[in-house]
Amino acid sequence: MQADIFTRRRNGGLLFFTLLTVLTTGSIVITRYDVLKGFTSIFRAFAWGAANFYPDAGAMTKLPDILLKLKETVLMSVASTTVAAIFAMFLALAGSSTTGLCSLSGIITRGVASIFRNIPLVAWAMVLMLAFSQSELTGYLALFFGSLGFLTRAFIETIDEVSNKPVEALQATGASYFQVVFQAVLPAGMPQLSSWLLFMVDTNIRDATLVGLLTGTGIGFSFDLYYKSMNFHAASLVVILIVITVIVVEMISNYVRRVIM
Amino acid sequence: MIKFEEPIDIWGQISPEHGYTVHGAAGALPFKPLNRQALAMRIFLLVISLLTIYALLTIDYRSVDVAKAAADTLNNLKIIFLQPDTHRLSLRDAFYEVVITMGLAFLTTLFGGVIAFFLGLLGARNLAPKQVTNIVKGFVAFIRAVPTILWVLIFAVAAGLGSAAAVIGMTFHSVSYLTKAYAESFEELDRSVIEALSASGANWWQIVFQAVIPSAATSILSWTFLRYEINFANAVAMGAAAGAAGIGFDLFMAGGYYFDLREVGLITYIILAFAMALEAVATGLKGRIRQNPR
Amino acid sequence: MALLELKNVTKYYAGPTPALAGVSFTVKEGEFVSVIGPSGAGKSTLLRCINRMIEVTGGEILFGDLAVSKLKRRDLRKLRTGIGMIFQHYNLVDRLTVIENVLHGRLGYKSTLAGVLGLYSREEKMQAFNIIKILGLGEQVYQRCDQLSGGQKQRVGIARALVQNPKMILCDEPIASLDPNASKIIMDYLKKIANGMGITLICNLHQVNVALAYSDRIIGINKGKVVYDGPPGKLTADLTSEIYGTESGELIVDWGERYAS
Repeated sequence: MQADIFTRRRNGGLLFFTLLTVLTTGSIVITRYDVLKGFTSIFRAFAWGAANFYPDAGAMTKLPDILLKLKETVLMSVASTTVAAIFAMFLALAGSSTTGLCSLSGIITRGVASIFRNIPLVAWAMVLMLAFSQSELTGYLALFFGSLGFLTRAFIETIDEVSNKPVEALQATGASYFQVVFQAVLPAGMPQLSSWLLFMVDTNIRDATLVGLLTGTGIGFSFDLYYKSMNFHAASLVVILIVITVIVVEMISNYVRRVIM
Repeated sequence: MIKFEEPIDIWGQISPEHGYTVHGAAGALPFKPLNRQALAMRIFLLVISLLTIYALLTIDYRSVDVAKAAADTLNNLKIIFLQPDTHRLSLRDAFYEVVITMGLAFLTTLFGGVIAFFLGLLGARNLAPKQVTNIVKGFVAFIRAVPTILWVLIFAVAAGLGSAAAVIGMTFHSVSYLTKAYAESFEELDRSVIEALSASGANWWQIVFQAVIPSAATSILSWTFLRYEINFANAVAMGAAAGAAGIGFDLFMAGGYYFDLREVGLITYIILAFAMALEAVATGLKGRIRQNPR
Repeated sequence: MALLELKNVTKYYAGPTPALAGVSFTVKEGEFVSVIGPSGAGKSTLLRCINRMIEVTGGEILFGDLAVSKLKRRDLRKLRTGIGMIFQHYNLVDRLTVIENVLHGRLGYKSTLAGVLGLYSREEKMQAFNIIKILGLGEQVYQRCDQLSGGQKQRVGIARALVQNPKMILCDEPIASLDPNASKIIMDYLKKIANGMGITLICNLHQVNVALAYSDRIIGINKGKVVYDGPPGKLTADLTSEIYGTESGELIVDWGERYAS
């Protein structure tokens, strides 16, 4: 009986590693991934980075331009997140099982949120580019649509988790729908909801780089410009500033979370 | 033991008709102390609203006819979602490209998982000294701060645009995410179990392989799959933005180069189908693990 | 005079077995009625049908001269303001202060907007404060509810019900989450509310001995049917075992044993 368990464990392990090997080989073949080149490029990249990827005096002259784009990008991330959060809040109230109007509205909202969440950011960027071209609005809207699905889902989960008991109590006192929302759902869920909002701002600053690259806006555009013109000193300055911004925003987020929780 | 602070006979004086008045207490609502959390919350909401308003006011609206662009976008979305069609890309090709994207995501997750496994051991508070866990945490935070696309592009300089740069570049964020998740899974094993094993003479690696890994296996696998879901989305994005192979590149070409909305629609639907299938599995797995590392 | 009258009330959830199968009884003003029965017997459903937190499937409920199941939304809110409710898990908004939670009991009397903004008159605040003081929480008025003990939280729940100026209070397992000391305090308060203030109390309990000690009348239900309805004095061991099925002896526990569970 005991031998049995050990054999089963071993067979299970064997099966797992066989499967892993097959999938790995398959992936390497199908993606034409050059294993040797992949691994050697790591060291080459570091060597190259040490030799070329640092800001020099010439790059510093670009600093004012880059900072302007950075400010634009941060504001874009904050604003698109906040606006998406407002819309997501309405959707989440309709979709939550505690505050929803009926079970149908819950199913529909969750479905819509899931679709929005899974449409790639790239697709939004491409579509918006066509009509809005290289304007700031393209970036705003791409981030807005990208955040909307994620926030709706996160908000629904938060509302369900945090407020179904107080909601029951307030309904029992004869409170109206909006009274319940403002007196129970929001006070109980606010810290958690804000935490998601901060998380999304953080994510959006990083995604804004991607969207910027694709649509020619914000900090992503700056990077692309220097990168494509092989001005790697300036490009490295952009990366350093993004790193600093993301870490600072994360520190602020953590501080705010600590205080309001 | 909690005591009654008012004499019981007070109950005789209160009734709905008398409005619950208690003698001697009229007009004596105590001073309300400052509520730090509520104040912080208000300041936070105020600041973020002001930032948003400022941002929305300073957008350059003149460079584009907003109403027309919005109408166009709506029209484009209608074409994309209602009339998807194949032109350059046959349905079979499209599926093949999705498989390539999934392959990229798989390799990324695998490499990320292997590296994160060791880093996770060093980052778990019950397995490594505090200085080491702090170094691991700092390293992970730095990796996370550089957007994935920039990692990919930086590696593309050395390795050339293509799957090698995409996989290595995307591996960085997978390492950071999974290190945190694995370390937390390892930490769920009670210190006393580790103590018991080391008391019996087991060394560190024996403890890791005989106690830590078996008890964390389920959540490790779940986290890895959740990361796979994210990597799939990332691989689509990298295909578009960094010229890595796969469906993302086709999406970029269809949307940004050929302006072929019907094909954008088809590709979007295919990606959506795969992504939602992955999401469904991931949602099922989420119940098996505790919390979300951010 | 009968305050509440249930006529042949039935409730079906999904599935063929009823949660309530033809429940009828009347409750007089100022009566302290305990509803006992095994878990899953329909106690909770019964209570929630009275203030229509759950819609009945059949039968009629009269509160005073109001037919509960025929009320329109506005009138339903009015009905609920006259009926307080106390919950096993207190159902407070943990992040709000004691007095804010208590004032939630006034929402049913206010316009939606005033409730949404949390505008309460000075009289309402004084009334809430006085009730809080009477319940021995004078020191904690401005404390957040997540800092309170279970017994204190339940007293906030009672205060929220009392501030409604209710004719009747429904208590759903008010002491099931509390230790024996706190349970005794809560039950003593409830007794005072019924006897001293003339407020009718309907109380779901699963401890038979508590029901025997405190109530004027006991209703035993099993599988959605009333199997006993009478004074505590006439509830014999045989009848108890009929309510609970076979192992009733173990269910009649004393305060000390409750603490262990």
